[in-house]
Amino acid sequence: MDVIALQEVSRRYGSLTALEPLTLSIGAGEFFSLLGPSGCGKTTTLRLIAGFDRPQSGRILLQGRDLTEAPPHRRPVNLVFQNYALFPHLSVWDNVAFGPRSRRMADAELRRRVGEALEVVRLPELARRRPHQLSGGQQQRVALARALVNAPAAVLLDEPLAALDPDLRRTMRRELQAIQREVGITFVLVTHDREEALSLSDRLAVLNRGRLEQVGTPRQLYEQPRSAVVATFLGSANLLPEPSGAGQRLLRPERLRLGPEPPGEGERGLQARVEELVFQGATVEVRLRSRCDRPLIAIDTSANLPNNLRVGSELWCRWNPAHSHALEEPTL
Amino acid sequence: MRRARRQPWRRWWPWALLAPGLLWLIGLYGLPLLALVPLSLSEPVSRFGLETVFTFHWSNYREVLQSHGPILLRSFGYALLATGIGLVLAYPLALAIRFRGGRWQPLLIGLVVLPSLSSYLVRAISWTSLLGDSGPVLALVHRLGLSGLLTTLGVLQDGRLLNTPASVILGLTTNLLPFLLLPLVVALQRIDKRLLEAAADLHAGPLRCFTQVVWPLSRPGLVAGLLLSLIPAAGDVVNPQFLGGPNQRMIANTIENLLLVQLQAPRAAALTLVLMALISLAVVLQLRGRGLEELPLP
Repeated sequence: MDVIALQEVSRRYGSLTALEPLTLSIGAGEFFSLLGPSGCGKTTTLRLIAGFDRPQSGRILLQGRDLTEAPPHRRPVNLVFQNYALFPHLSVWDNVAFGPRSRRMADAELRRRVGEALEVVRLPELARRRPHQLSGGQQQRVALARALVNAPAAVLLDEPLAALDPDLRRTMRRELQAIQREVGITFVLVTHDREEALSLSDRLAVLNRGRLEQVGTPRQLYEQPRSAVVATFLGSANLLPEPSGAGQRLLRPERLRLGPEPPGEGERGLQARVEELVFQGATVEVRLRSRCDRPLIAIDTSANLPNNLRVGSELWCRWNPAHSHALEEPTL
Repeated sequence: MRRARRQPWRRWWPWALLAPGLLWLIGLYGLPLLALVPLSLSEPVSRFGLETVFTFHWSNYREVLQSHGPILLRSFGYALLATGIGLVLAYPLALAIRFRGGRWQPLLIGLVVLPSLSSYLVRAISWTSLLGDSGPVLALVHRLGLSGLLTTLGVLQDGRLLNTPASVILGLTTNLLPFLLLPLVVALQRIDKRLLEAAADLHAGPLRCFTQVVWPLSRPGLVAGLLLSLIPAAGDVVNPQFLGGPNQRMIANTIENLLLVQLQAPRAAALTLVLMALISLAVVLQLRGRGLEELPLP
């Protein structure tokens, strides 16, 4: 059974459509991401699931029960807020105990559960601290423990890593994934960071301008996007016209081979000139322009690229047509 | 070299900025206050003048506490009652302004503060005509048949609204309402709405949300409001004089009477110092255990 099911859920604010009718199912134990640029409706969706907002139409089912009109405190989901929203007047322990206490959990059970939740996020030694005495990463973990302790059907995370600095973000990303695997609770993550969504999710949904573009595994969405919007949002992309002239094909930059030799049997190719080389450490991003004035991007490891490659070099870009993918909804 | 030369200035500039205010307070407030101490231990030279002579006259204090103890108690009683009633009025009002006020917030706050812009003497006198024996409030009370109930409650005394404890407390409450309300609104405005969402998300209903989040986080404003209203109320002189009769006199009226009518400056000084000591004690008790930085003084 789906833990979360949205059926034709929509939300308007005045004349602004924040969310067009959206249908989405999230299964038990899934790490699911809602990905999109700001204003795409992903936070609206999360707030609708949490109950801070009511949809104009559609139904929201949580664990199979229609809870479209239920207030937030009657829903079996818990939210990790973007700024964590920890209670400043309560200790870490009391913050985590807030949910169970709301449900009048017996004392012994309460103490055991709070202790466990703090263990999961590896913070038991900071239980007596106040939130303002914690670092950003620690606050984040308290917020997570405060949600997990309720053993919810799903934990909703609103851009949880956005406020952290890049190194910490990477560490917390791994930790978030490890914790989700450990507890086995459904996580629904809202993010505008495609790397985050691609590396964490079992499945993700891409939203754009209040509309659901596509749902699938990270690999499906990256390699077989339905639309140009999804293709370009999930990574850099070469969008080439179909040989027939109708429609477009996606060619990811890492599928391009650069070199002096022309395309061989079963390959396709374009002659192009190097316009820019961007050294990125392990890889190099090569920006080219074809004879027919088409911009191209290729990404490859330094070891695979021709030695004498420099701006102005004339060479062939080759690819295997099997590695390209036809878009159903081309052109931005 | 340069660094060494800059150092003294760095050390002194906060004092330089403090100096004007500090000198003002010391010269015009601290020193006169200090002068009350020897005065309170003096005796009048004659019964017909204000000249005194310093004689270590400790019995001023005993005398003052013996004859004015009840009035002292009454003053604090009135002040506490007025503050309590003010709180019952101000807290829901502050909640409404904060959470339902929307863009009308500044206007609503302005409306509450508006009466304070008139002289508080004028306000007290207006109350006398409103509450007077032929005033509209008493007429309304009779029209509504509330006189029996209000007499039982002690609001009406001998058929009068004016010159009763109730009228004095009413006057005090009117005066202190803005001082209670403003710190409360400020404290409530400081509460991040996301904390309320977090509480709701963590399965707290509206009541638990209030008792566990809103109330504790508004407490600094509450303490500030209580101090800002309790202290002036306990030392109020105008309301008891205009709205109360001889039996509703408060401690400030007594001090005024001692000084200007009975020409007992030493006893007036002693009573002033006793009042200050009691109020300071109350403040210390209120603030004990919490830092002053918690006070969001407006």
